[in-house]
Amino acid sequence: METLEPILAQHPFFEGLEPVYLKLLVGCASNVRFEAGAYIFRRGEEANQFYLLRHGRAALEIFAPQCPPITIATLEKDDVLGWSWVVAPYSWRLDARAVEPTRAIALDGKCLRTKCEENHDLGYELLKRFVHIVEQRLEATRLQLLDVYAPHR
Amino acid sequence: MPPTAEESATNGGVCDPMLPNLYRVEAVLRETRDTFTFSLEAADGSPRPRFAPGQFSMLYVFGVGELPISISGDPEHSRLVYTVRSVGPATQALVSRRPGDSLGVRGPFGTAWPLMEARGKDVLIVAGGIGLAPLRPAIYQILRHRDDYVRLILLYGARSPQDLLYRKELNSWSRSPDTQVLTTVDYGGVNWRGRVGVVTTLFRHLRLHPDRTVALICGPELMMHYVIAELTQNRGVSVSDIYMSMERNMRCAVGFCGHCQYGPHFICKDGPVFSHATLRSLLEKHEL
Amino acid sequence: MPATEDARTVVDLTALNQLIPALARRDYQVIGPTLRDGAIVYDTLRKLEDLPVGWTDEQEAGHYRLKKRDDRALFGYVVGPQSWKRFLHPPEVRLFEAQRHGGTFQILNNAGPPPRYAFVGVRACELAALQVQDRVLIEDRFTDSIYQGRRRQIFVVAVNCTLSAPTCFCASMKTGPRVSHSFDLALTEIIEKDHHQFVVEVGSLTGADVLREIEHREAPQNLCRQADEAVDRAALQVRNMDTTGIRELLYENFDHPRWDTVANRCLTCANCTMVCPTCFCTTVEDVSDVAGDHAERWRRWDSCFTQEFSYIHGGSVRTSAKARYRQWMTHKLASWIDQFGSSGCVGCGRCITWCPVGIDITEEVRAIREDTSIPKPTSTEDEDGDT
Repeated sequence: METLEPILAQHPFFEGLEPVYLKLLVGCASNVRFEAGAYIFRRGEEANQFYLLRHGRAALEIFAPQCPPITIATLEKDDVLGWSWVVAPYSWRLDARAVEPTRAIALDGKCLRTKCEENHDLGYELLKRFVHIVEQRLEATRLQLLDVYAPHR
Repeated sequence: MPPTAEESATNGGVCDPMLPNLYRVEAVLRETRDTFTFSLEAADGSPRPRFAPGQFSMLYVFGVGELPISISGDPEHSRLVYTVRSVGPATQALVSRRPGDSLGVRGPFGTAWPLMEARGKDVLIVAGGIGLAPLRPAIYQILRHRDDYVRLILLYGARSPQDLLYRKELNSWSRSPDTQVLTTVDYGGVNWRGRVGVVTTLFRHLRLHPDRTVALICGPELMMHYVIAELTQNRGVSVSDIYMSMERNMRCAVGFCGHCQYGPHFICKDGPVFSHATLRSLLEKHEL
Repeated sequence: MPATEDARTVVDLTALNQLIPALARRDYQVIGPTLRDGAIVYDTLRKLEDLPVGWTDEQEAGHYRLKKRDDRALFGYVVGPQSWKRFLHPPEVRLFEAQRHGGTFQILNNAGPPPRYAFVGVRACELAALQVQDRVLIEDRFTDSIYQGRRRQIFVVAVNCTLSAPTCFCASMKTGPRVSHSFDLALTEIIEKDHHQFVVEVGSLTGADVLREIEHREAPQNLCRQADEAVDRAALQVRNMDTTGIRELLYENFDHPRWDTVANRCLTCANCTMVCPTCFCTTVEDVSDVAGDHAERWRRWDSCFTQEFSYIHGGSVRTSAKARYRQWMTHKLASWIDQFGSSGCVGCGRCITWCPVGIDITEEVRAIREDTSIPKPTSTEDEDGDT
């Protein structure tokens, strides 16, 4: 089975990470696949992983009663899915569902949390990267909120 | 090559730029629930005036009024083509025209997309909503003279899948060589398997060469603002390589009514296409 | 047209009565100042007595009154609420008519010939305004055929001002009070106990032609000097505008707190744009009859002070009074330079007189010039604003 190390090492998300931390991450990584329509995670579940998408497309959805699930955003190849593992109370805020057959690398967030508590330098490196993801998602969400294409009165 | 804006801003040879020329609706195509594309021919059968991609006309509906509408057709085809979105009573009157109906046309007016300056470079086109319409003539022109350009990248965002324009053409454009077409919508709805997210989220899929990229941007002003921020702050594209199409209230289109002023610029004469370098100091000013 | 060689003439009041008939014989519609509704406005003149003979105007910020003079001067006042733009760039004009036949229609371009005007009593600031409007409406990318048709034919009898109002500032704008261009004849009125005369300068061949039908003789040197000195006195003005670097001054002070101060007073009534001789903004209005077969397109004066002026789908761009006042003043004094190569202001002072709250454009410029520090955020403790 091919090692995941080159894949993680070349991924822009982990650029600049110390080799020893990279090895640690490889130790927590595994390949996963999702069929089209399958849930990757559901709101309220414990957030113990995050994913690097390799192929396919995942939708972030909100389910509200009496209407079909609303897709807030889609993610695809090379995107990072899931930051709730790094922030208490460590539970997913949204549903994530594969829109088409999707392959990803899953990283064991629960294990990483423990390691980050022990090694704050590792914790800081990961937190820096995830804050950046959150910032991008927040800015995109704000712009989405403005509904710039809506017909005005 | 189509004429420059200077060459074509002669109101089609009619002396008085305030008098409309009579055109007839030849065909109407419904693009979405509120957007229609009209193909017009001159009532007297004469050839239409030449235009450059990015220019606009003033379309007159008998007894109702005039609207500034960008030309959305092919500069090398014989018809005058416009894509109009119904957002109020005046546009509603315009989109209710049917084949055989008459419209008054003044123009073409305004500045054009810098297709000459973009030769030998990658062209990045970023369109939001109805903003794809003024860019379509540029896309046609680039594809017709494909060897003059390197990569063609189109990023297109709309409100929902039902609001995406020119879907068949988007498909065929994406199959051209060295051409990337990425689309996204703000609201996905059921059954949508495509991307959901604002148009700026498409940038993460691109590798740009900033020193040989010309960007053409058209859409709601707020959307253009965020796209330009991404290009200048995160991608190193120069402000003089970024072009945008601006919009303001227009009554005459010939620089006399004063309504379309944006700082010292008349959008009708000095625009609607501007380089970002020209407008940079104005864009952050509130209520300008 | 070049003035004929320094050969000023003098015309007596009695002889000047021949002026209007001479113009009428040439099919001009003679327009000039006349009294109406407590103001001096421009209307048709049939004879010299139609002028506001023996009247003068008292003007200050937000103030205009007519007062009787103790002589019978024909031109003993400055400028009133109207400018010549109402004849050359009319407040209301039809652009075209259209007739419908089923789903198609015809544009009827059936405007009649433009009127042929002779303007009597045009001041230097107004000639400067004519030049400014020429640059906008004729000499830019497109030509306004309505303005051009009228402008091309006018006969101008200019008048050198021998007095100025406190609201005048043409001297600092270098547009007056002396008339120096764009006229056919120029008069300087000299009234003494026993003489009522006009020193006349010819500015064109057409002007010379008309003068031939008016009794005149060579003006003696002392009379010419008297005329010149009277005009020089009119140049001693209370108000002035320092236009040094004004373009940068206004562009760089977009967020100056002075805009808030003036916005608190401004009613956005648009008077200033109506009385200003260079404001040119218009709107178009389409009307049709009840049956819907006949439509017309009309052009009307408009003002950047209105809420709807900057409306695009979704709302207006300039909603606050502050934004609209700033737009008007910045355009008039700064952007105009980039657009047309000169200031849009000719220093006539009408906007000062006719502003109901007396906003003074010269004072606004001074206030911004004198405090170009970056506006500091107001302290929450300090209730006294920065004035």
